[in-house]
Amino acid sequence: MTTHTGQMFDTEELVINMGPQHPSTHGVLRVVLRLDGEKVVSSDVVIGYLHRGIEKLSENRNWTQIILLTDRMDYVAAATNNVGYCQTVEKLMQIEVPRRARYIRTAICELQRIASHCLWLGTHAMDIGAMTVFLYAFRERELILDLFEEYCGARLTYNSMRIGGLPLDIPVGWDRKVLEFCTIMSEKVDEYEELLTHNRIWLERTRGIGVITAEQAIAIGLSGPPLRGSGVPRDIRKDEPYAAYDEMKFDVPVGTSGDTYDRYLVRLEEFRQSIRIIRQAIQGLPEGPIVGKVPRLIKPPAGETYHAIESPKGEIGYFIVSDGKSTNPYRFRVRPPSFCNLQALPQLIKGHLVADVVALIGSIDVVLGEVDR
Amino acid sequence: MIDTYLIPLVKILFVLNATLIGVTYMVLLERKVIAWVQVRLGPMRVGPYGILQPIADAVKLILKEDITPTRADKWVFTAAPIIVMVPALITFAVIPFGPVVNLFGRQVPLYITDVNVGLLYIVSVASIGVYGIILGGWASNSKFPLLASLRASAQLISYEVAVTMTLVSMIMTAGTLSMVKIVESQYDQHLWFIFVQPVAFVLFFIGGLAETNRAPFDMAEAEQELTGGFHTEYSGMRFALFFLAEYANMIVVSSVATTLFLGGWLAPFPNVGWLSFLGYVPSWMWFLLKTFAFLYVFLWVRATLPRYRYDQLMRLGWKVLIPIAIANVVVTGIVKVLF
Amino acid sequence: MAQSIAFYVLSTFILGFAVLVVTTRNTVHAVLFLVLNFLAVAALYVLLTAQFLAVIQVLVYAGGIVVLYLFVVMLVNLKRPPEDHMAPQRHNWIGFGLSALVLVELGAIIGYGAVAPAGPVGAQTSDLALNNVERVGMLLYTDYLIPFEVASMLLLVAMVGAIILAKREL
Repeated sequence: MTTHTGQMFDTEELVINMGPQHPSTHGVLRVVLRLDGEKVVSSDVVIGYLHRGIEKLSENRNWTQIILLTDRMDYVAAATNNVGYCQTVEKLMQIEVPRRARYIRTAICELQRIASHCLWLGTHAMDIGAMTVFLYAFRERELILDLFEEYCGARLTYNSMRIGGLPLDIPVGWDRKVLEFCTIMSEKVDEYEELLTHNRIWLERTRGIGVITAEQAIAIGLSGPPLRGSGVPRDIRKDEPYAAYDEMKFDVPVGTSGDTYDRYLVRLEEFRQSIRIIRQAIQGLPEGPIVGKVPRLIKPPAGETYHAIESPKGEIGYFIVSDGKSTNPYRFRVRPPSFCNLQALPQLIKGHLVADVVALIGSIDVVLGEVDR
Repeated sequence: MIDTYLIPLVKILFVLNATLIGVTYMVLLERKVIAWVQVRLGPMRVGPYGILQPIADAVKLILKEDITPTRADKWVFTAAPIIVMVPALITFAVIPFGPVVNLFGRQVPLYITDVNVGLLYIVSVASIGVYGIILGGWASNSKFPLLASLRASAQLISYEVAVTMTLVSMIMTAGTLSMVKIVESQYDQHLWFIFVQPVAFVLFFIGGLAETNRAPFDMAEAEQELTGGFHTEYSGMRFALFFLAEYANMIVVSSVATTLFLGGWLAPFPNVGWLSFLGYVPSWMWFLLKTFAFLYVFLWVRATLPRYRYDQLMRLGWKVLIPIAIANVVVTGIVKVLF
Repeated sequence: MAQSIAFYVLSTFILGFAVLVVTTRNTVHAVLFLVLNFLAVAALYVLLTAQFLAVIQVLVYAGGIVVLYLFVVMLVNLKRPPEDHMAPQRHNWIGFGLSALVLVELGAIIGYGAVAPAGPVGAQTSDLALNNVERVGMLLYTDYLIPFEVASMLLLVAMVGAIILAKREL
């Protein structure tokens, strides 16, 4: 130790490298923390460990093959990605999607939302130390994966949409199983709440942690539950309805204080709203074709379009440019919700303790496959 | 000759081995209990219902490569696990598993020794265990273990104060420091001390959770935050020593709680006439039953509760537990003087 | 016989560890030798059937105070002593003064011990072993009440001082 005038000891900040191999950075996120004691002075978020160049790859695939690539972005909500992409192309080509297909898309999107939120709840609770919730949430996620497997044969990367509609109609009896699942799930959400919502330790760990005001949230460009947790009632399903959301009755839960606890409450309420939507979609499922009038060769006219839908994590948008000549997009760009929400992290964790860092990473719910693409 | 040397020696060997086996099976019990809470089965492969799992684990850990990081402080790094394990084991010297019984025509007490400072001995020996944790983290020469060991030692020292203050009120209630006499005093007063000192019991339980680094106070090994805690750099048998010491400490805390609050080896309600058939169960069996009931609560808590944050834990210790413990001592004193 | 052997073995350990404490370069190691030293002293107390004192020695010194030393040493991480403390002459004089004081004290103890031989110890040991805590308690609250209270006052003052130092804005 060197000695300075009047000061016997230096104090220095401890630099800690959290990740890319750390159990609670949800994949390969790397956060470089500068600590004063255990308090975070500043932090750098380093991403890119899972970059696969999906956007560039897409420019060399034909329009149908891209659906498969979108699965690999947010791999815990693959079906939502499929829907978002297909709808963008449909918008570009002005294809009318049959009503039955739109209803099934809605149901699948909401099932996917529940599955994604289950994974979020489990890992978030695990980060804060409640490990039983993790297994309970995964137990229910398993039921959804079974439903998906029955519908499209895959459990993680579904490839479950086609431009203009669906690849397959739902299997016989699937709708009944989905409704059964809804009954089970609504009980289980209460079970999660029993374990956490009024738990003193949970409250102390999440209340007032990582507060972000509505103005800040909008300025950063947050979307999805983190934005709604701050009290902004923005939900694309409500504001710019797609699929069959305009025919569904549901509420958009919003928080008040914008802390971790509010984001948690918003997502838990979304479980219930999703169940409500699935019930309506399955019970009111119309008869009819599942694919609209789609040409043999998909070649959208020249032009560009941006279309966004509400994924479990926020606004997932696709910006696609077509030159009208080739069978692949000229430019393909994704606005991933995880990436945009992750920007809030340095601001959220500043001044909090190391233990809160993992809670906050969990609370903004990032999937690194989507951040890095 | 037999009474002074042979019998104590046999008892020491027996208790030591029983403890070590108990500790390894404690690990299995924890995995099973938590698995059942979490609608899983737990270990099922080694032996029927996984009952041979601890043996498989031990073999695995012994055969693993024992790594010392290059820039670690070699001597301290080696000593740390031993410093953690030894205090946990020698505490059992004063824990009374039963009264003096007639064994093969010889009067044999079911405890290794009964010293007149038994309770203080346990507290002081436990305070040595902290060194292992601090040194383990420091000697690894790595940042995460250092942070964890600082957390752990601050936590252990704070909660030691609370637990010791709680024990003071128990000493006042029992009027003795000897573990055997504490149990006898519960027999004389016809009441388990949990009914006399319920506040102290709750304090001791919370303090015990923190002292053994168990959830929801497992800051030191919060794997989600510090990737494993002070033993991150340890491998093989040295890691196993840290691991086993934690479980041994849990058993110690449970045994002390049983002795202090749950009447030790006494059957429930020994003075109620129609319950006298409970006396047919041997005394050590009652002791074990109570200890395991207490241990089960440890596991149950771990499976249910999230983890406290470090500063909240310190606040709870210093601003809630210690004042209550001191108030409890004062109230106990006043009651003692008045009645 | 066995007692004397134990005494000499323990004394050797105590002195050996004490020498190691002041000669070891690594500060953490020095603190660890201090712990071992305290433990050996505690064992000596047990030999004198002063179990209470032995347990308190371990609890307070080995288990409490030295942990705090270790904290400071680990956090400050003194690889080499700061230059400010290297003024040799001044420190040498203080050192000589202190050593002389200790020598005088030791001489006085030895001289006093030679003049007045120890009282009958054996008669009381059996009683001591059984009622150690009670005996210490009685002495503290009768003959040594004033020193005991003064010591507790001193500790209280130290605690208040530490809080003021740590918390600049009250």
